[in-house]
Amino acid sequence: MELKDLYREIVNEHNLHPAHKGELEHPSMILNGVNPSCGDDIYLQLQLDDGGVVTDGKFNGSGCAISQASADMMLDVIIGKPKEEALKLAETFMGMVRSTVDPAEIEALEEAAALESIAHMPARVKCATLGWKTMQRMLRDGETS
Amino acid sequence: MFDVNAICQDFPILREHPDYIYFDNAATSQRPQAVLDAVTDFYQKTNANPLRGLYEWSVGATEAYEQARHTAASFVNAKEDAEIIFVRNATEALNLVAYSYAMEQVGEGDEIVLTVLEHHSNLLPWQMVADRKHAKLIFVEPQADGTVTEEMLAAVITDRTKILAMTMVSNVLGRVTPAEKAAALIHAKGGVLVLDGAQGVPHQAVDVQKLDCDFLAFSGHKMLGPMGIGALYARRELLEGMQPFLRGGEMIEYVKRTSATYAELPHKFEAGTVNAADAVGMAAGIRYLAQVGFEAIEAQEQKLVKILLDGMRKIPHVHVYGPAEAALHSGIVTFNIEGCHPHDISTVLDNEHIAVRAGHHCAQPLMEYMQEKCSMEFRATARASVYFYNTEEEARRFVEAMGKVRKWLGFGE
Repeated sequence: MELKDLYREIVNEHNLHPAHKGELEHPSMILNGVNPSCGDDIYLQLQLDDGGVVTDGKFNGSGCAISQASADMMLDVIIGKPKEEALKLAETFMGMVRSTVDPAEIEALEEAAALESIAHMPARVKCATLGWKTMQRMLRDGETS
Repeated sequence: MFDVNAICQDFPILREHPDYIYFDNAATSQRPQAVLDAVTDFYQKTNANPLRGLYEWSVGATEAYEQARHTAASFVNAKEDAEIIFVRNATEALNLVAYSYAMEQVGEGDEIVLTVLEHHSNLLPWQMVADRKHAKLIFVEPQADGTVTEEMLAAVITDRTKILAMTMVSNVLGRVTPAEKAAALIHAKGGVLVLDGAQGVPHQAVDVQKLDCDFLAFSGHKMLGPMGIGALYARRELLEGMQPFLRGGEMIEYVKRTSATYAELPHKFEAGTVNAADAVGMAAGIRYLAQVGFEAIEAQEQKLVKILLDGMRKIPHVHVYGPAEAALHSGIVTFNIEGCHPHDISTVLDNEHIAVRAGHHCAQPLMEYMQEKCSMEFRATARASVYFYNTEEEARRFVEAMGKVRKWLGFGE
């Protein structure tokens, strides 16, 4: 997708009107993720049920359109999914933006798959992965703040 | 007669890409053919290890290298060539001063004065000194447009101040600092003035004797030279009293199993095989600048900055930082656009073949300060920085592109 179209069709909408920006009332986990070199800064909050399913999620913070839109799209995809599946999607996303994953797998990312062309903009990869990496640190490594 | 189109023809990268607008000159400049040729010529005509060999090529390499030192010394009007130490860049020069001078001269309770404008390269070395020597860092807070006044400096310089470390020009706001006045103030209290000239030396005529600074650090790559070469100017008596920064080959007189005596200046500070080819390239860059002349360079930069400032100020939602007058910007125009993160601005402009820097500009404390003083939305800005080879047409195209950014990022109109 052309960069201009990527912004126009996907990124701008999620950046300017994010569905999942805000605060959860009773989050199970909260974690701060930052890109010090960019100043991207997000607080990711997830709520998990006893079965390990992500039942809700929100993010807060500030940063570039790509970091914010990507976090919003990520929550669209992972809410309602078990922890293991969310982590598998994170692997797929990381692989996608580094062009190291089978294109067939990318479909599972739903709308977040639109960020595939970020792979051609190495300087923006870490913007796109901030939300996903923060989620990995929470669900895989058990980090919480 | 200054002719920007003729100048562009001297720069292969500009000649080959006439539609690309390179406005990131404060990060690194482009190089004219003369610089590229000087480096190639060194390797093709007289390549050997300088200062060591007793044969023709090595002697030729030594001569070329020392001639480059002479060119750099004359350029900043040092009293003698030995007051110029070749280093990798301004960062290394400042670290040299921190390790070899400050670590010896600064003690517990002493103070090092800096400004909030400093690039990390003129901040982190002093943090290290203060930390290890239990000294104190004192910060001068500039006005919102980056202005540092003589009074601000006078208010914090005391008998305890051992070092005033200050940039000549803010790499974010372009504002020139009062270096000459600073020298008088710090000398009256017995301290030394360390100037970070990375952003100043490429854009204004510098005379270290007139400035009366004790140390001046600058990089070759921001003034037409190759990457990986820069210089430290320091007064001879200070260098004489300092310990070497790095130790090894060619910086010695006699070496015994457990001790050594060091070479004369400047070699005492240039351990190991030197970067002779790039020093020769840097000298070619200096000669090019001298040929164009700083009067013409400053005039062109001001002309371009004026177009940028006048144009950008008319565009709604664009906020330009720094002084009101174009003459005070040293070619740097830092800005933000409401609702748009600087990284997105840079991506949009990149798509229009325009190169600008976006982010914290290696000046995080200044970003934090500006966020508060200038009510910035993000702790980051976008920065356009011009040099004398940029054209008025480029500046006008830049202003035009600026008008498209918000639309690109989803804001109506």
